[in-house]
Amino acid sequence: MFSSCADPNNLHGLTWLLCYLTTGKHIDFYWSFLTVLTLLAVTAPVALAFGFGGAMMSRSQRLPLRIIGKTYTAMVRGVPDIVFFLFFVIALDQGIEYFFHVVRCPDWTEPVRNGLEFRVCPEAKVPLNSSAQIWHSLYGFALAVVTFALVFGAFASNVLYGAMQAVPRAQLETAEAYGMNHGQVFRRVLVPQMWVYALPGLSNLWMILIKATPLLFLLGVQDIVYWARELGGAKTSAYAYPHPDWRLYYFLGLLVFYLAMTKISELVLTRIQTRLSHGQATASGEAQRKAAA
Amino acid sequence: MSCLQTIADYGLRSMGMGERLLPKTDFTLCQQFTLIGSGMMWNIYFGVLALLFGFVLANAVAMAKASNQMILRKPAEWFIFIFRGSPLFIQFFLAYEALVLLPRNGIELFGLTAEVSWLSRAWAGALIVLFLNTAAYTAEIFYGALRSIPKGDLEAADAYGISGWSRFIRIQWPTMLRLAWPAYTNEAIFLFHATTLVFFSGFPAFRQEGDALYYASYLVDKTFNPFIPYPIVAFYFILLTLAVIRLFGAVNRRLNRHLPSNERSKIKVRPQIIR
Amino acid sequence: MKKLILTTAILALTAGASFAETVRMGTEGAYPPYNFINDAGEVDGFERELGDKLCEMASLTCEWVTTDWDGIIPNLQSGNYDVIIAGMSITKERGEVVDFTQNYIPPAVSAYMALDAGVDVKSVPVSAQTGTIQAGYVQESGATLVEFATPDETVAAVRNGEADAVFADKEYLAPILAESNGQFAWAGTDVPLGDGVGMAFRKSDSALREKFDAGITTMKADGSLNELIVKWFGDTVATY
Repeated sequence: MFSSCADPNNLHGLTWLLCYLTTGKHIDFYWSFLTVLTLLAVTAPVALAFGFGGAMMSRSQRLPLRIIGKTYTAMVRGVPDIVFFLFFVIALDQGIEYFFHVVRCPDWTEPVRNGLEFRVCPEAKVPLNSSAQIWHSLYGFALAVVTFALVFGAFASNVLYGAMQAVPRAQLETAEAYGMNHGQVFRRVLVPQMWVYALPGLSNLWMILIKATPLLFLLGVQDIVYWARELGGAKTSAYAYPHPDWRLYYFLGLLVFYLAMTKISELVLTRIQTRLSHGQATASGEAQRKAAA
Repeated sequence: MSCLQTIADYGLRSMGMGERLLPKTDFTLCQQFTLIGSGMMWNIYFGVLALLFGFVLANAVAMAKASNQMILRKPAEWFIFIFRGSPLFIQFFLAYEALVLLPRNGIELFGLTAEVSWLSRAWAGALIVLFLNTAAYTAEIFYGALRSIPKGDLEAADAYGISGWSRFIRIQWPTMLRLAWPAYTNEAIFLFHATTLVFFSGFPAFRQEGDALYYASYLVDKTFNPFIPYPIVAFYFILLTLAVIRLFGAVNRRLNRHLPSNERSKIKVRPQIIR
Repeated sequence: MKKLILTTAILALTAGASFAETVRMGTEGAYPPYNFINDAGEVDGFERELGDKLCEMASLTCEWVTTDWDGIIPNLQSGNYDVIIAGMSITKERGEVVDFTQNYIPPAVSAYMALDAGVDVKSVPVSAQTGTIQAGYVQESGATLVEFATPDETVAAVRNGEADAVFADKEYLAPILAESNGQFAWAGTDVPLGDGVGMAFRKSDSALREKFDAGITTMKADGSLNELIVKWFGDTVATY
């Protein structure tokens, strides 16, 4: 980074530390914070979409759809997320490649499963073996997003289903009395009203999502936990900056990061809740009205 | 080797009983189910004890947080914030790193030497973390419930001349428990799920005695096939979750037995808590 | 699964080999001096240099990928990379699911390192990395096995007293012992384990394996492999 860091062996004290903290590896560490934040930003809407789909299916009048929706939602309460993460990514990856294999190589005769080996034709590899490294990274990231979104989508589905049920029945009946059909009632009355009921649950979910990100390294993303472990471990002089075991300090740093994230989220979410409750016929809306009066 | 023999050999393997060496060949489904099932005992051990101890502490913390006195309220708020605001994964790691720093030879107190090295072992150290963690989450649930006790109940108590401790123990506490129970059920479920993290971050396994996930990883490592052991863990956890729901449902019915049937609170599994 | 932690390192294409095949090399990146992530954030170490050399000889384009140790074989079989070059000892069990090249490091010894050279390594708690041949050996030896996910933690466990000795490849422990200012000492006797270190391939990839195998044969014959071993492990270790 700095030209003065060219020879780490001659550095001492603060300059050593400064050089140490700006090595290429540390820069990667700092970037990984951005990776985590990006993942949060991308996963939240995707999970919400999955959750919306799950909630709609659970409410469906068709039995098969309802069963799928309910099973999906029930899945999360039975299985620890970590177990799910451990085998689902490989399954998803193989599923995608198998799909391309069938599409792109219809003439392939060798078996795809050979004992434990999973072998598709070279054209079906996602991304192709020869693609630039960046595509492999992006693909890994996308797999992580989908896996996270599937798990947390099930949570969101639970929350949204509850919120849809919480919208007063009278509101929907009134809408029907006005001659709206099923879809119209759903779009114009149910969905706009449910958010107030869903927000506490969704806030909770956001907090959960933040706290689940240390499991990202299970999905093969180079996240902050991966780097904290890698950087903190004791280093012999095979490395340019040998040091003893500093993992404790790195993890304390992570602790501060997560606590800060939680605090900021709490502040923002409280503000949103206040705004959403404004003028609503709920306890907090009533409290606002009284305070103003 | 028959399956019964396998169960006899490995059924209590996670407790250090039975065969000393884990299976090295075959890895039949029977072996996999037995080993992982044996590991489940650790998950149940951690979950049950942390819930029991955590329940007691949570009551105290919830009351402290609801207190008018700053000196009680502030520490309770911080305790809850730190344990709810950070990932359990990192709590385990930090706790382990801190616990191994304790002196190996024990601490001298008034001429007596207190042995402390056992604290860094999973059965104690991880249990402490889980206990504090669930206490914080439960305290927040109880605190919320305390604040939503119907005003009328308290006014009625006043009218009957019930006050102070007796008001708390006869009116407030049972109502709080009743209101908090559905959310507390979720906490219990997710606490059991969280026990899979014990041997995954920080705490090492001794003599290959670990929890369900530990044996599943061992089997994956030996069979190189993740598609059998992990779903077996999932299967066991679904059974465990169903058992927890039944048990807590029974308590819930008892807490609500005085209410007319349409006012009883039903347990809905909602993701209030996970780590 | 523990998947693809990716590091970029594309070998410059040799002129003429315009359609060079891309081979993805999977390693752990946490086992110096075999393989580690250097301060620039790239894969480095003995195996990096060896792998690059072999790729150059076979006119292949090689990219380096790091992954967690416990997922390293499933990810190979799932096709997330084509080669494992991660200080992996050749064993019969592994040989049933993957194919190894000939070894590129002679059968090595594993050693116990402890704070006190006199400990009885057959009875005290001994730390080892989960899923290594060393972990299996310690459990069978009668000692109390203490398992950690990374090699680094196994050494830390001896420092903080959680275990009385660590059991690992001697070449991995040697630099740590040398730099510990006399804190660590060898304990017990060295144990020869495994059939040396080799590169692992999917069973269906024999053409690729033969290319690398041929490269290793050449490097053994012209002495360049020995030079590389001496460069990274010092001149006290066994060579060819």
